[in-house]
Amino acid sequence: MRLTGAEIVVRCLQEEGVELVFGYPGGVVLDLYDAIHRAKFRHILARHEQGGVHMADGYARATGRPGVAIVTSGPGCTNAVTGLATAYTDSIPLVVFTGQVPTQMIGNDAFQEADNMGITRPVTKHNYLVKDVRDLAPTIKEAFYIATTGRPGPVVVDLPKDVGRASTDYHYPREIFLEHYQPRYEGHWGQIKKAMSLVLKARRPVVYFGGGVIISGASEELRRFCEKLGAPVTYTLMGIGGIPGNDRLSLGMLGMHGTYRSNLAVDGADLLIAIGARFDDRVTGKLDEFSTHSKKIHIDIDPTSIRKSVYVDSPIVGDVRNCLQKFLELMENEPKLEGYPERIADWWRQIEEWDREHPIGYAQSPTGPILPQYVIDKVYQLTRGEAVVTTDVGQHQMWAAQYYHSQKARNWITSGGLGTMGFGLPAAVGAQLGRPKDTVVCITSEGSLQMNSQEFATAVEHNVPIKVVLVNNGCLGMVRQWQEIFYDKRYSEVDVSQTPDFVRLAEAYGLQGLRATRVEEVETVLEKGLASARPVLMEFVCAPEENVFPMVPSGEPSRKMLFGHPTQS
Amino acid sequence: MEHTISVRVRNEFGVLSRVAGLFSARGYNIDSLCVAETLDPKVSQITLVTHGNDDTIEQIIKQLYKLIDVVKVVDHQSGTYVGRELALLKVRTLPESRAEVLRTAEIFRGKIVDVTPDSYTIEVTGSPDKIRGLVDLLQPLGLVDVMRTGRVAAPRGL
Repeated sequence: MRLTGAEIVVRCLQEEGVELVFGYPGGVVLDLYDAIHRAKFRHILARHEQGGVHMADGYARATGRPGVAIVTSGPGCTNAVTGLATAYTDSIPLVVFTGQVPTQMIGNDAFQEADNMGITRPVTKHNYLVKDVRDLAPTIKEAFYIATTGRPGPVVVDLPKDVGRASTDYHYPREIFLEHYQPRYEGHWGQIKKAMSLVLKARRPVVYFGGGVIISGASEELRRFCEKLGAPVTYTLMGIGGIPGNDRLSLGMLGMHGTYRSNLAVDGADLLIAIGARFDDRVTGKLDEFSTHSKKIHIDIDPTSIRKSVYVDSPIVGDVRNCLQKFLELMENEPKLEGYPERIADWWRQIEEWDREHPIGYAQSPTGPILPQYVIDKVYQLTRGEAVVTTDVGQHQMWAAQYYHSQKARNWITSGGLGTMGFGLPAAVGAQLGRPKDTVVCITSEGSLQMNSQEFATAVEHNVPIKVVLVNNGCLGMVRQWQEIFYDKRYSEVDVSQTPDFVRLAEAYGLQGLRATRVEEVETVLEKGLASARPVLMEFVCAPEENVFPMVPSGEPSRKMLFGHPTQS
Repeated sequence: MEHTISVRVRNEFGVLSRVAGLFSARGYNIDSLCVAETLDPKVSQITLVTHGNDDTIEQIIKQLYKLIDVVKVVDHQSGTYVGRELALLKVRTLPESRAEVLRTAEIFRGKIVDVTPDSYTIEVTGSPDKIRGLVDLLQPLGLVDVMRTGRVAAPRGL
C-alpha cells in the first residue's frame, strides 16, 4: 500500500494504539494535519506548544502510556523544548513530532527553521531526523520503543515537509530489535543475594524509593517487601503515591522539605535501600555528610544513576519490579528473616521520638488569613487522597507533597527534576483526558498559573473538568522564603500581587470561578468546586508570608533542618 | 589520569555531536578526538583521549553506553594497546639549517612530504611523547606550525 509520509505518521500512531495526540499546527506540518482529518485518534489543540507537550506528559504520567505531541518547525519546536526537558528529567515517555523545513532547505535559514536536532538533543533520550520517507515507519517504531523501554524518556522525530509529502510502500514493523540498545530488566541474582545479606545484618534499615517505583509499576512488590521487613520507608518527590502517604511504615518525603523523621532516619541508618531513586541534591543535602553510617543498596535500571554522586556498596541494575520480585522470592525461604521487625523495634522507637520532637504541621487560626497548607489538607480530606493531583512549582508544590497523602501510584504528577513552573495546568488537562473518570486536581499558585494559563481554553473547549486549586499568596513564595531566610529579608522582585482577577479570568475563558478569602469559606468553596461537572478554578486568597518548613538550607547536611514556627495569626 | 577510549558508534546523523555534547554538558574533558569509518560503513570509530579520576571515567563510560547510537566502548588499559598520533610540521628553512632539519626528522622517522625553497613539511607518526620530542627539537630550527591528529588506538592482538 502506498502512502504519503503524513499518512504514514497517522497510520503508525494508530498501530501504536495512540488514542490522544496533543499539538499545534503550522506551515510545515500542514500535510500531517491534513492526514489527521482521517485519523482514528483524537487530536487536542493546545494553545501553546509548551502546553501541548506538558499535556502529553501529564497524560503519560497519569496513564503509563506514552504521550504524543506534534509541533511545527522553528518556534513550534523551541516552544516545546521546556516540555521535553521536563519530561526528560523525570523519565517520562513521549514521542514528539517536530516539523522541519524541506530537506533541501535545511541549513539555509529558511522561514521558521531551527536546528531541531541540535536544540532537542540534550533534552531528549534520543532524536531522529527522517530524511527519506522509506525510513519513516521504522523510525516511528524505534521512537516508541526507545521512549517506553529502559529508563523512559522523550524522543523527538524531526519531519521535513517534503518527507511528509513523499510516498512509499507502507509497512509497519511488528517487532524491533536494536542490537546496540538493550536495557537490562533482569536484576542479577548474585547481586541481589549479596544485597540480601546486607539486609539481614541491618539493625537500622531505611527504604528510600523514587519515581522508578511508579514507572515500573512496583507498588505492590514494594509494599510486600517493606511489610516483610517492617522497615521504615521514605520517598522522594517523584515517588509520592508509590505507597500510601499515611501508610504505617511511611515516614513521609525526605530531603530539603521532607519530614524531620525521614531525614534523621536516613542520617542514622545502618542500611539504606535505594529503589528507583537517584540521590538527587534535593534529597542528599551536603553530599559528604549524607547517610554516612549506612551501607547502601541501589536498585536502578539506569547504570549511570548508580554511584553517580553517592558511593553504593551493593549496586543492582535492573527494573525495580523485577528486582523486588527476586528479593521477595529470596525472602520466602529465608529463615533469618524470622523476627526481623522485632529486631528493628528500637530503631522504630528512635524514629517515633524524632517525630515527636518535630512533627510536621501547621496552625490555622479560625480568624486569621487562610494558610495554603490548610487548603491542601482540606483538598486531601475531601478527596480522601484519591484524586489525581498535579502541581506547579514552588511552595505550594512542597505543601502539596507534605499534606496531600496520595494513596496510589500515578496519582501524583509534578515536575520534580526540572521544576517547571507552568506545568500543572496543562498536565492536569492531559491527565484528565487520559483518566476521564477520576477527579483531577491541579494545585497551583498565582506565579506558576500565569505561565500557561492559556490552556484554560483547551480545558473548556473539551469540557475537561479539572479542578484548579489556586493558593494565591501574591508573591513568588519560595524565592521570597529564601530571600527572607538567607538574604536578610531583602526582597527582590518577588511581589506578584499585581495579578488579574483570577476568578474573572477563569470565567472569561468559560470555567467556573470560585473564591475564598476567609477560613470558613475554604471548605464550602472546595465542596462546591469538586462537585462541579465543569472545569473549575477555586482561588484561595492566602497569607503572603507563610514559609515551607521543615527545611534543609542549601549546602547543609540533611539532618540540620530549620523549623520556623507554625504561623499564629 | 589520562584515558584513551574507543567508541564504536552507528554512523547516524549527528552522532558526533551526541558524543561531544555529552562531554560538554557534563563537564568532562576531551583532550583529543579522532573519528573515522570502520570496515563496516554503518559503523564509525571515535577515539578520544580524556582525563579524570576513576569515578569520572566510570561515569563517562556508562554515559557513553547510554547514548542510543553507541555500540561499544573500550577504555584502553596501558600496555594493552597501540596508540598513535600523526603530525604535520611546517619548518621555515634557511640554507644553513636545511641539513639539520632533515637529520632531525630522519632520527624520528619523519618523512618530508612537501618541499619549497624555504620550507619543509614533515610527516611524523608515533606516541604523543615522540611527537612532542620532535616538536621541541625543531622549535629552534624554524618550526612555524604543527597540525596534529587525535590519537587512534588498537588493542594488541586480535
